[in-house]
Amino acid sequence: MPKPPFLKTLLIGALLASPMTQAATAYVSNEKDNTLSVIDLETLEVTDTIDVGERPRGIALSKDHSKLFICASDSDTVQVMDLATQRIIANLPSGEDPEQFALHPDNRRLYIANEDDALVTVVDTDTHEVLAQIDVGVEPEGMAVSPDGRWAVNTSETTSMLHWIDTETHELVDNTLVDQRPRHVEFSHDGSVLWASSEIGGTVSIIDVDSRQISQKLSFRIRGIHPDKIQPVGVKLSADGRYAFVALGPANHVAVVDARSHEILDYLLVGRRVWHMEFTPDQKYLLTTNGVSGDVSVIDVDAMKVTKSIKVGRYPWGIVTLD
Amino acid sequence: MHLAACMIALKGILKREFLRFIHQRTRFLSALVRPLLWLLVFATGFRAALGVSIIPPYQTYITYETYILPGLCCMILLFNGMQSSLSMVYDREMGSMKVLLLSPLPRSWLLFCKLIAIALLSLAQVYAFIGLGFLVDVTPPIMGLLTVLPALVLTALMLGSIGLFLSSRIRQLENFAGVMNFVIFPMFFMSSALYPLWKMRESSEWLYWICNVNPFTHAVELVRFALYTELNLSALLITTGTTAVFMVLALWGFRSEQVARRH
Repeated sequence: MPKPPFLKTLLIGALLASPMTQAATAYVSNEKDNTLSVIDLETLEVTDTIDVGERPRGIALSKDHSKLFICASDSDTVQVMDLATQRIIANLPSGEDPEQFALHPDNRRLYIANEDDALVTVVDTDTHEVLAQIDVGVEPEGMAVSPDGRWAVNTSETTSMLHWIDTETHELVDNTLVDQRPRHVEFSHDGSVLWASSEIGGTVSIIDVDSRQISQKLSFRIRGIHPDKIQPVGVKLSADGRYAFVALGPANHVAVVDARSHEILDYLLVGRRVWHMEFTPDQKYLLTTNGVSGDVSVIDVDAMKVTKSIKVGRYPWGIVTLD
Repeated sequence: MHLAACMIALKGILKREFLRFIHQRTRFLSALVRPLLWLLVFATGFRAALGVSIIPPYQTYITYETYILPGLCCMILLFNGMQSSLSMVYDREMGSMKVLLLSPLPRSWLLFCKLIAIALLSLAQVYAFIGLGFLVDVTPPIMGLLTVLPALVLTALMLGSIGLFLSSRIRQLENFAGVMNFVIFPMFFMSSALYPLWKMRESSEWLYWICNVNPFTHAVELVRFALYTELNLSALLITTGTTAVFMVLALWGFRSEQVARRH
């Protein structure tokens, strides 16, 4: 992959700073295999498979990229993996059935959605203590922390609400009603806008963070695919602010949205039940996890084309990438 | 030997086929309309149904339109190959074939020229069709447009030599309808042009076996791989072998005594 010079400098810097000297890598959680697949992002091939806890779903990197947090839903814990040795070094007290989580910019507080308990658990990743448990709606799922660290937003699937949690007081401050079954929330890089997908509603709500009101709602339509199958889940925004990508679940397509005009530009065919997505560190490619077909599709962002699909484990769910 | 004479013959035959082509302008359109109907109407219905399988040379999931394009390119070559065999039967009945074959040049060369002429005209139609494919978002890599050229030429020669062989066997114009029913349709439908072979195997092992021995399948796969800048060696060998066999059979069919006896 050719990289622009400034990215290359950054990359070399990062490599020198990090204890590892390996190429860019993606980690994918395989929900039904209890494993992580490791993908070499140069060759786009799976190089390793690592055993982890039961039913791994959401995964996230520590800000310094030295640790990987893994929601092992059926083990009722969040596992911490040391990326240098690829060993689990700790199990965090996450509360029951953790599904998704988000790390605060302070690199310590982890906000975890406990699907079965209608709770958000806040855990200190250094001391492994539970800092707070906040009551939210039924079946909490999506989790995001604003870039400035002020807000933690949780989605509750059954209540169809976004819950705004003040990270200073750990209190639920406000709720935003969205369409049925909100699955995922994603802040824009400047933190002014929040994108929330509604799986059953088939929409993505774009929310103004200051007013916490919906400013626009996007719906999707793909030729030849029944509207019921169009179920938005994962949302990813490109760092340059140009594009938003929305994974449309069993519609097997990713919608490409102009992040400024909110116009839907294209639909890209990927594997079956596309769930979550992540950019490669250089932002050239977007990787999607396709649960039912058990693979990861690679989207070339410049060409806006799906170039390859890589076989991973059964029911790939979450994905992270690092240099 | 008579290189200059050979070239004159090639030029003459090319010109004649070209003129015939120009005079039948509807032929160019109809050659495009047929695969376009398949692409725009038939494939649309299967868009979602078949869009989920990864088979080489594809690296990811493709729409049915993308899958069917190489098969439709070969369909153009197939119809042209057979249509030219029709024209040869016609030529024979009208006596112009006799004039051609009475030339002192080697008969094999003359017939080869005829094949080349047909192949070249078909290529123009295939590229026009691939160009139209871009309009409906079937976009093979640009390099593929170059690498597919030899595969298309070989396929055109194979189908042309099959057509030539058939025309050496068919005595009357009326029998051409039989060619449609017994050659073109089975060849096209019982191949990997419309469905991948694993899909055929799901329905019946017999059908899979027939598709597998159908040389048209291998021609389609050769074109499919070449369009994505890859070489399918077994397809290349089978297509080349089939071309050689039918070329020999066709030449044998056009031996002078046979022609003399028939006219």
